[in-house]
Amino acid sequence: MNWFSKFITSSIGKKLLMSLTGLFLILFLIVHLAGNLSLLSSDGGKAFNVYTDFMSNNPVIQTIAKGNYFFILLHAILGIALAVRNKQAKGGKYAVSPKNNTSWASNNMALLGTLIFAFLFMHMGHFWFQFKFGSGLPMTTIDGVEMIDAYAKVSAIMSEPIWVIAYLIGLAVLAFHLWHGFASAFQTLGLNHKKYTPIIHAVGKVFSIAVPAGFAVLPLYLYFN
Amino acid sequence: MRLTLKVWRQKNGNAKGSLETHQVEADEHMSFLEMMDVLNQQLVEDKKEPVAFEHDCREGICGSCNMVINGRPHGPMQGTTTCQLHMRHFKDGDTIVVEPWRAKAFPVIKDLVVDRSAFDRIIQSGGYVSVNTGQAPDGNSIPVEKDLSLMAMDAATCIGCGACVAACPNGSAMLFTSAKVSHLGLLPQGQVEHKKRTQSMVAQMDKEGFGMCSNVGACEVECPKEISIENIARMNRSYIGSVLSTDK
Amino acid sequence: MKLDSKIPKGDLATKWSEYRGTMNLVAPNNKRRIEIIVVGTGLAGASAAATFGELGYNVKAFTFHDSPRRAHSIAAQGGINAAKNYQNDGDSVYRLFYDTIKGGDYRSREANVHRLAEVSTEIIDQCVAQGVPFAREYGGLLANRSFGGVQVSRTFYAKGQTGQQLLLGAYQALSRQISLGNVKMYNRHEMLDLVKVDGKARGIIARNLLTGELERHAAHCVVLASGGYGNVFYLSTNAMGSNVSAAWRSVKRGALMANPCFTQIHPTCIPVSGDYQSKLTLMSESLRNDGRVWVPKSQEDAQAIANRTKTALDIAEEDRDYYLERRYPAFGNLVPRDVASRAAKTACDEGKGVNKTGLAVFLDFAAAIERYGKAEATSQRIDNPDKATITRLGEAVVEQKYGNLFEMYEKITGENPYKMPMKIFPAVHYTMGGVWVDYNLETNIPGLFALGEANFSDHGANRLGASALMQGLADGYFVIPYTIGQFLSNEIRTPNINPDLPEFKQAEDETKVRLQRLLDIQGNQSVESFHKRLGKIMWEYCGMSRNAEGLKKGRQMIRDLKKEFYSDVFVPGTQEEYNPELEKAARVADFMEHGELMMVDALDRNESCGGHFREEYQTPEGEAMRNDNDYTYVSAWEWDDDNPILHKEELQFENVELKTRSYK
Repeated sequence: MNWFSKFITSSIGKKLLMSLTGLFLILFLIVHLAGNLSLLSSDGGKAFNVYTDFMSNNPVIQTIAKGNYFFILLHAILGIALAVRNKQAKGGKYAVSPKNNTSWASNNMALLGTLIFAFLFMHMGHFWFQFKFGSGLPMTTIDGVEMIDAYAKVSAIMSEPIWVIAYLIGLAVLAFHLWHGFASAFQTLGLNHKKYTPIIHAVGKVFSIAVPAGFAVLPLYLYFN
Repeated sequence: MRLTLKVWRQKNGNAKGSLETHQVEADEHMSFLEMMDVLNQQLVEDKKEPVAFEHDCREGICGSCNMVINGRPHGPMQGTTTCQLHMRHFKDGDTIVVEPWRAKAFPVIKDLVVDRSAFDRIIQSGGYVSVNTGQAPDGNSIPVEKDLSLMAMDAATCIGCGACVAACPNGSAMLFTSAKVSHLGLLPQGQVEHKKRTQSMVAQMDKEGFGMCSNVGACEVECPKEISIENIARMNRSYIGSVLSTDK
Repeated sequence: MKLDSKIPKGDLATKWSEYRGTMNLVAPNNKRRIEIIVVGTGLAGASAAATFGELGYNVKAFTFHDSPRRAHSIAAQGGINAAKNYQNDGDSVYRLFYDTIKGGDYRSREANVHRLAEVSTEIIDQCVAQGVPFAREYGGLLANRSFGGVQVSRTFYAKGQTGQQLLLGAYQALSRQISLGNVKMYNRHEMLDLVKVDGKARGIIARNLLTGELERHAAHCVVLASGGYGNVFYLSTNAMGSNVSAAWRSVKRGALMANPCFTQIHPTCIPVSGDYQSKLTLMSESLRNDGRVWVPKSQEDAQAIANRTKTALDIAEEDRDYYLERRYPAFGNLVPRDVASRAAKTACDEGKGVNKTGLAVFLDFAAAIERYGKAEATSQRIDNPDKATITRLGEAVVEQKYGNLFEMYEKITGENPYKMPMKIFPAVHYTMGGVWVDYNLETNIPGLFALGEANFSDHGANRLGASALMQGLADGYFVIPYTIGQFLSNEIRTPNINPDLPEFKQAEDETKVRLQRLLDIQGNQSVESFHKRLGKIMWEYCGMSRNAEGLKKGRQMIRDLKKEFYSDVFVPGTQEEYNPELEKAARVADFMEHGELMMVDALDRNESCGGHFREEYQTPEGEAMRNDNDYTYVSAWEWDDDNPILHKEELQFENVELKTRSYK
C-alpha cells in the first residue's frame, strides 16, 4: 500500500480527497434538503416526524450517517491542513492586494469552510445532540408508533429570531462555499472540457444558490407561520 | 508623466526588505522596464546602488522579467509581460508599487530578483521526451491532428516566468507544471512516457515546496501567455489515472 | 599564421558523409573520462551539451542566465529551414546549399554550407521526436512557409515562436542529461577568461554572478556557444544580456575573430520611438510573405503622414511606391534581408520616411486581408460578399497566421495593424561574423571550438531568414558531436586537467584585477550611457552603409570613448556580491574593443557584399558591387591594441559559379 499513501499524500492526492468528500457532501445536501422540505407539508409535522424517525432508526441510514460525519471531518481537517500549508508556501503578502477578477469565494474557501464548521456545531447542538442525549424531549405518536416530535423542536427553535438569523447567515456562507466548491471539485477530478465545463459551472452556480435558498425557506416559513 | 514609485529593496536573501519611494519622470511610449532604467540611471547618477531586476529579451518571450506591479504579476494588462507593458497604461501622478514574486519556493536574491531554479528542477524531473540525438524517425512518419498540435502549442508557449506562482494565493506551480505535462502528453511523441512523466513532475513540484492548487484561477488570469487551467485539469486527470493504472 | 580550414577532400555532395565515416572516434569507456566545458546554453550550446551527455562525455555547461531556457535563441520567431521538399516544390539539399551561398553573397565556405544543408533534414526529425509542436496541415503532416531570398517553401514553424519551441526542445534534452548526471549545469555563471595550458584550451574562469566568486573550471576542451555581438550597437533586436565577452576573451587569448564587420540589419523591426529606448523589437520576416512594403511617392505625402495630418489610408493606390516590388520583380517583398534593409534606407534617405523621425516605411496587409477574405468567402460559399464580410474573413485568416505578431505590434505601438499598415524600419539583428573556425568548428586554438552565432562559418556576408536556428542546431546536434572526436581522440591519455595549475591562477588573478579596475574608477557616468554612445558611433559609421572616411573617424571615436570609459565610468558595489552593473561594465569594455575591430575590418574590405555595404562600391542603381578578385577571402583578425593583424583564408568555389547576386 506504499503507492496508496504516496498517492493520497501528494498534492493532487490530497486535493482529490477534498474533491471527493466535497462531492459526497453535495449529495448529502440534496438528500437533506429533500427530507427537510417535508416541514412544508401542512399536516402538523406528521410527514417530517416520520421522516426524522426513519432517519434516526434505520440501520442503513445510520451507517451512512457515520460515513457522513467522517467525510465532514476529513473535508474540514484536510481543508485546514491544506490552507496552512498553502499559506506557508506563499511565504508573504503583497503590499497591494491584487484585483484580478477571481471570485472572492475562491480566495476565501478556508475561511468559509471554518464558518460552516462552526455553523454545523450550532446545528448539531440544536438537533442531533438533543435527539441523542437530550432529556425531556417532546414526544408524539403517529400510526401507533411513539417518536420524538422533531417538528415541535424545530418550530420552537425557529420561533426565535436570533436562530433564524444565525441559520440564514450559515446558509449564505454555505452558498459562497458552494459557489466555488461545486465547479472546483470537478476541476480537481480533471473534468474540464470546452463543451461541458460551462455546463458544470452553470449547474454549480444554480446549485449554490438554489440549495441554500431551499434550506433558507424553512426557518422563514416556520418563523412566519 | 511624473510617477511615484515604491520599489522593494532587499540587500540579499537573508536581509529584511522594505519599500523605497522614488520620483520618476517617464514618457508614455516607454516600456515599464525602460521606466525602471530611468530610475536606475538616476540612482547611479546619485552614486547609489541601482535596483536589481531581471530582464533580457524585452520582447515578452524569455520569461526573465518579473515584477508585481500594484499587486499584479506583470501589471494590469492581460496577456502581457512586464517588459511589454507600456507606460501609456498609467496616468500622470500615479503611485506604482513594485514588488518581487512572492512564494516560498522563489526566495528573493536581491531587490526584485528571485530564484526560480525550482522550475528547472521540475523540468529535469521528467519534462522531456527521452530521445537521443540521431534516433528520430522521419518528421512526417507520425501524423498529428492539427487541433491537437495547436493545443500542445498553446501549452508549450509557457515562458517559465513564474507569474502563475506569484499570482496564486497558495504559491502553487500547477499551471507551469501542467503546461509541460500537457504539451508533451498531447503529442504522440510524448505519449510513451506520459504517465511516468506526470508522476515524477508532480512529485518534484511537491518537493520544491510549492502550494496546492485550490482552483482560484489567478494563474490563468495573470499568465502573460494566457495558458488555460484546462491544463491543470488535464494533469489532475493524468496523475490520478496514471497512479491507478500503472503497476508501480 | 597559416589558416587551415581542414576541409576534407572529395566530392561536395559526399564529403561530409565520407569524412564522418572515417573520423577518429573516442571509445565509450574513454568518453567517461573526458570532460568538456560548454559556454552558453542557447540552441547551439544546449543541443551540443545534451548530445555530448548522451554520448557519455562529462559535460559542464555554463550560462549567465538563471536558466538555460532564457537564452536569446528563444526570441527567434519565423522558423527553421530544412531541405525536406515536403511541399514537392523542387527543393533539395543542393538548392538549400545554393540559396545559402548566394544569399551570403559568396563569402562563405562551400563545404560548411553543404554540410549544413545536408543535416537540416535530420534536425526537423529530431525536433519532432522531442515534441516540438511544429505547425501542421489538416492531414496531420508538417506545414511550411516561405522566407526571404528563396523561391520554395522550406521553412518549418511553430506559430511565431519557433525559436522558443526549438530552444525548449534542446533545453529539455539538456535537462534530461542534467538529471542523469551527465551534464553539470552552472546557471548564473559568466565566463570571464579562457585558460590555455601548453597552447591548448583547457578551461575557463567563470564568475558566480550570485556571490561574485571567481571559479576555475578545467576540462579537456572548451566549446563556445555564446551567441553574437549585435549589442555592440546598443540598440538591436538582441536581448539585453547578449554579449561578446566569452568570444572576445578567447580572442584576447589568441583566437581569431573572422569577418566581424558582417552584421545583419533586419528590415522589419518596430522603429525607434525615443532616446530612452533600450531595445528594438523584430517583426518576423514571415510577415513579408503577405505584407507589402511601401512609402508614398511624394515627399509631401510622407511629411503629411509624419505630421499626422494624413494617414496611410489617405494615400491613393497610384501615389504609393511599392519599391521592393518595383525594383525586384522576381522576388518582390521577399528579397533577402540586406537588400530589403538597404532599400528602406534609400527610401527614407529620399525623404519618404513615414514617422516623425523620418525613419520608417509601411508594411501593409490590406491586400492580403482582401485576398484571403475573398478566398475564404468562396470556400464558405458566400456569394457576392460585401467589403465588410471580406475584411472580417480576411482578418481572421491573417490573425491565425500572424496573430501573436500583430498583438505584439499593437502592445508596443498602441496602433492596430489590421486597420493601419505597420510602420517598420531596419535594425541590427544578427552577426554573421564570429570566432574563426575550421571545418571541425575548431578555432586556431587547439581544443577551443565555437558553435552557432558565435562562429562565423556558414552565412557569409548575409544570413537568410530561418537559417540561424538551422545552423545553431546543426552545429550542436549533428556536427560538433562528431568533429570534436578529431581533437579528443588524441586526448584519451590526458588525465583530468588540474585547475590548480599556474595558468589557471594567473588567469584568475588577471580577471580579478580587470574587474577591480572597473570598480576603482568611481567616475561620474553610468555604464549604460557609455554603451549608448558606443552604439550610436557603431550605427553611424559601421551600420547599414559605411565609407572609408567614416570608418576611420568611427574607430578614433571608439578609442576616445574607451579612454573616457576607463577614467569616468561609475560602477557601484564590489566584486564579491551580486552586481549586475559590474557585469554590464565588463561586457561594455569588451564591446568597445570588438567595435573597434569591426571598423578595422569594414575598412579593410573594399567592396560591398551582403550586409557590408561600402558607399564607394556600388552600381549606378545603388546595388552592392562585390570584388571577387581581391576579396574572396575570410578576414580572420588577431587582436592587437593598436594594429590588429589580418590573416586571410582564401575561399575556394569549386561547385558554384560566382555571380552578381540578382533578385530582379
